Amino acid sequence: MKPRSAWPSLCAVLAAMLLVMFGLPLVTGLFGLVQATVFIAMAVLALSQGFIWGFGGIMSFGQSAFFGLGGYTYAVAVMNMGDSTAPFFLAILLPAAFAALLGYFMFYGRISDAYVGVITLTVTVILFNVVNSTAGDVYHIGNAPLGGFNGMPSVPPLNMPGDPSTPLEPQQIYYVCMALLILVYALLRLILASKFGRVVVAIRENETRAMLLGYDPRLYKLLVFAIGGGIAGLAGCLFTNWGGFISPTVFGLSQSAQIIIFVLVGGLGTLIGPILGAVAIEYLISVIGSQQTLNADLILGVVLVAFVLLVPQGVVPVLRNGVQRLLALRRPAALRAPKVAQP
Amino acid sequence: MALAALIGFNVLNSIAALVLLSIGLGVIFGMMKIINLAHGEFLMLGAYATVVTTNAGINLFVAMLVVAPVFVGAVGLVVERGIIRFLYGRMIDTMLATWGLSLFLVGIITTIFGTTVKGVAAPFGGFSIGPYQTSAYSLFMIAMALAVLAGIWAMLRLSRFGLIVRATMQNPDMAAALGVSPPRIYMATFVLGAALTGLAGGVLVPVSGVAPTMGAAYIARAFITVIGGGAAVITGSGLASALFGIIDQVVTFRTTPVFGQVALLISALVMIRILPQGITGRFFRRSL
Amino acid sequence: MSVPLLQTSGLTMRFGGVTAVDSVDFALGEVELRCLIGPNGAGKSTFFKMLTGQLMPTAGTIRFRGRDITEAKTHEIARLGVGIKTQVPNVFNGLSVYENVFVAATRGHPPHRARTMVDQVLTRTGLTDIAFRTVGQLAHGQRQWVEISAVLAQEPDLILLDEPAAGMTYDEVVRTSELIREINRAQALIVVEHDMQFIRMIAKTVTVFNRGRILVEDSVDAVLTNQTVRDIYLGKQAA
Repeated sequence: MKPRSAWPSLCAVLAAMLLVMFGLPLVTGLFGLVQATVFIAMAVLALSQGFIWGFGGIMSFGQSAFFGLGGYTYAVAVMNMGDSTAPFFLAILLPAAFAALLGYFMFYGRISDAYVGVITLTVTVILFNVVNSTAGDVYHIGNAPLGGFNGMPSVPPLNMPGDPSTPLEPQQIYYVCMALLILVYALLRLILASKFGRVVVAIRENETRAMLLGYDPRLYKLLVFAIGGGIAGLAGCLFTNWGGFISPTVFGLSQSAQIIIFVLVGGLGTLIGPILGAVAIEYLISVIGSQQTLNADLILGVVLVAFVLLVPQGVVPVLRNGVQRLLALRRPAALRAPKVAQP
Repeated sequence: MALAALIGFNVLNSIAALVLLSIGLGVIFGMMKIINLAHGEFLMLGAYATVVTTNAGINLFVAMLVVAPVFVGAVGLVVERGIIRFLYGRMIDTMLATWGLSLFLVGIITTIFGTTVKGVAAPFGGFSIGPYQTSAYSLFMIAMALAVLAGIWAMLRLSRFGLIVRATMQNPDMAAALGVSPPRIYMATFVLGAALTGLAGGVLVPVSGVAPTMGAAYIARAFITVIGGGAAVITGSGLASALFGIIDQVVTFRTTPVFGQVALLISALVMIRILPQGITGRFFRRSL
Repeated sequence: MSVPLLQTSGLTMRFGGVTAVDSVDFALGEVELRCLIGPNGAGKSTFFKMLTGQLMPTAGTIRFRGRDITEAKTHEIARLGVGIKTQVPNVFNGLSVYENVFVAATRGHPPHRARTMVDQVLTRTGLTDIAFRTVGQLAHGQRQWVEISAVLAQEPDLILLDEPAAGMTYDEVVRTSELIREINRAQALIVVEHDMQFIRMIAKTVTVFNRGRILVEDSVDAVLTNQTVRDIYLGKQAA
């Protein structure tokens, strides 16, 4: 007796993503691809939140902290080192390490879920304040001036590994970002199917029972949080590559709220939901940004409140349930699963 | 000697600011276990109410001590009836909804008033401690902080309403059995917390720039103080404000205000590791 | 004299001014089945929670096969081979029965071995038919069995059960008692219970708690006919 295999749905989603990856350049020009690139970076960021929140049960309100750290780490490192290979990995590892440290204080301190939210929010706000105040020549790391509220312009993009003289073209950056999104998605699916992933989900379901079975929830949560931090850092690196610049708004409250909205709208407890949620919300923001009458924060605020009050589980699960119910109704009565008799 | 007095005075000022900033949040959190992420925006609304009415000719003190709390209290009422009331018991959802509310408020104020920073000059002028000049307004802030703490204590301890609030906080079902309506009490408590925050926003106007995003500058400190304080509203806020006010000032004095905040966060993290329920989780547990 | 499987010496728990457990000496042998009974407030649950690491004793020691576990954390105690079923069922409500037991079985074993163990345990507890139902939707008695299944899948040497028969129908109680007797063929159990009918079905030696101390420890027949035991249940204190 074995539970239903997860392979079919995984292969289907990967196939669909590969289709988009190679199909999109055929239907849209360079401008469309560049637009898509930031959507992809945000999708990666949404995955980090979706993973730690939907599966790990960790209510982080400050993933933007790791997003920003990743972006700034990449910018500072590449401006100092020239070649982008090491900065790329640093942009993942440094936020992950910071997340591990913060996670240690939070999870080994056994603070409640709500406090995790408040503390992570506070961290990102403070990071914003710190980086925002670094305008002026005295604030630099090596060759890289931090720029304060002006941000860091002219950040060199990724180059072919080991060869700084060949920076990637925007089209190539698109392929890199999309490939990384697919890689991160597949990696998270694998993690969730592994023993580690199952324990993580069990801890989210009932931490006491997981402890009673011999698992140390603090360690698992710390690892989940660190993985999430690393993925968010990667998203930050991709984001910096998209625009060639980074500024403290990546740490801001607006950004951290957006990440939550991606996941909430897309569907908590799924991986594909956050991806779709990110694309949808980013598209909405770009549409709002292009007109003057309504403020983006205002709309996002309404969206968030509306979803919390009316559709708390998000769009993907609602759609999925709807589809399942339709399919169940279509099947003849005899084939529907019989009610299990009590033992 | 005078330098020590100056530093001491600045510490008191910093503590007073923290008390004012966090008491509204503490009332709502301590009584109802609701984390209101729109707290900074309630401050901001209080500040805007003060600035707008002062510029319209109303006396500054009337604006900050009457108009601001009443206005933000009314906003709190609308918010409680329209959003919070449906989410009792769902802490994470309340946090999300209030976060959405905070975005919305920032957006609306930006749309109405734009992003330029406004301000009002600090009244009372300055006075000197030895050879150092300092603001007499700080004395007013310290007095206000004490007044607010004393007022809340008096209300909780001495008034019938305060007794009902404390009873409902401890055992809503029992309070209901005795004829109290817990939903009404929650509503009143939320409005009170909002009004206190509006008052704080008004009082802070002369010492800070007023902009739609000003809330963000304060919520970090407010949250740290409330979490650090623990469940008891008055003692917790008071003690945490004192502790963090000292740390903030000492570090700010040696470096910059930004690093003062960093030091606050680090000390809060360390403290949470040692005292996960805040100061009043371990000490002064029975206090208000 | 071999080392007892579980032994407490002078185990005490004080909450402020209240002494819930007062210097209790307790010993359990390998593969022994012991029932803990006593009126409300006698200290059984507090004693139980100290054994599981959910409470830190004020004084005294707890030893598992001679090893001091007084200060050990819950997950450390579980790893030593102690399975715990709590009074209010602690199960993974959003997961299926199969997944609940699988999480228990998979610690320290490769997946295919864990799957075999899950199949065996579900057959043993009779839950094969509902293996893929979501636990949150099951009836209370079934949830208790899911929890027991998860505990069994840990392959513990000692199983602590807190009110396993609570909320069950008579038939379910009978089935649970059969299960416990079957488990006891290879594993030790401590069962805290209120249901006297159930105690009669399974018990051999019974330890009676009263006011934080052990009043009597004897065979089930002797205990249940003991006048002092009857008195404490009816509220009259022993003189």
